[in-house]
Amino acid sequence: MIGKNVIGREYPEFSYEVEKVKIREFANAIGDKNPVYYDEKAANEEGFKGLALPPSFPIVFSLAGGLMTVVLEDLKVDLVKALHGGQQYEYFKPVKPGDIVTGKIRIADVFEKTGKAGTMDFIIIETTYTNQNGEKVLVDTNTLIQRR
Amino acid sequence: MGGKEVFFEDVNVGDKITELVTKPLAEIQFVMYAGASGDFNPIHSVHAFGEKAGFGGVIGHGMLSMGFVGQALTDWLGHKALKKFGVDFRAVTKPKDVITVTGTISNKYTKDEENCIDIDLVAQNQKGEKVVTGNAMAALPSRS
Repeated sequence: MIGKNVIGREYPEFSYEVEKVKIREFANAIGDKNPVYYDEKAANEEGFKGLALPPSFPIVFSLAGGLMTVVLEDLKVDLVKALHGGQQYEYFKPVKPGDIVTGKIRIADVFEKTGKAGTMDFIIIETTYTNQNGEKVLVDTNTLIQRR
Repeated sequence: MGGKEVFFEDVNVGDKITELVTKPLAEIQFVMYAGASGDFNPIHSVHAFGEKAGFGGVIGHGMLSMGFVGQALTDWLGHKALKKFGVDFRAVTKPKDVITVTGTISNKYTKDEENCIDIDLVAQNQKGEKVVTGNAMAALPSRS
């Protein structure tokens, strides 16, 4: 089990540069053919500065920032027993290609729940992102479940 | 498609967003999503690992399912109005699954001078099993 003593633990900041090629690759993997992800002209006509980002694109930031390695290793999460239970995003400002976002990860909560599958540990990992101008753009809340 | 505007006056509680039906999921799609997202957990790409984990083969990324739900949202709403988007992962997806995303306006209100709606979201597979449930909040423009 994961102790409550890790609540509030923070990790070193990481930065990620948003690139248009990655946006196209990501939208294409989902099968989303919306031209605002591929064609800058189409995106500009819709009022975007550069390509738009799919709403779940910030998973790319967090994986590039070491969520799986730094945080899960630190908490000694066993990947075989771990599940991605839920994911939430709160959007404050648009992010566009060329932006450099900086993430700060904090363990927001740890608790256990007992259900049909037995007792499981819930870890709530919150990452706050700012852009290169220091503006808060996004809060990412990841619920990780570890079966015992 | 993107940039679409939905006006506050035109939306009522109980309204549905445009349904999205995916193509049958494919193993190669999970490999593409692994590369695109950076999630290289072998349960999504290595058949033998998926078998060992008890799934009989590879399973899709939960975040890929969230991607389908996000597509349904932006197809209907565009991008700019979306303020919050969250999901819970309920069941795994497998190759050949066809996912249907539906959404219902569950609440309509004005808060901090913004015209808001809440949307309940569900993604189901071809057997009617819920893969993802979730919700979104959007602040809509007004016609007046």
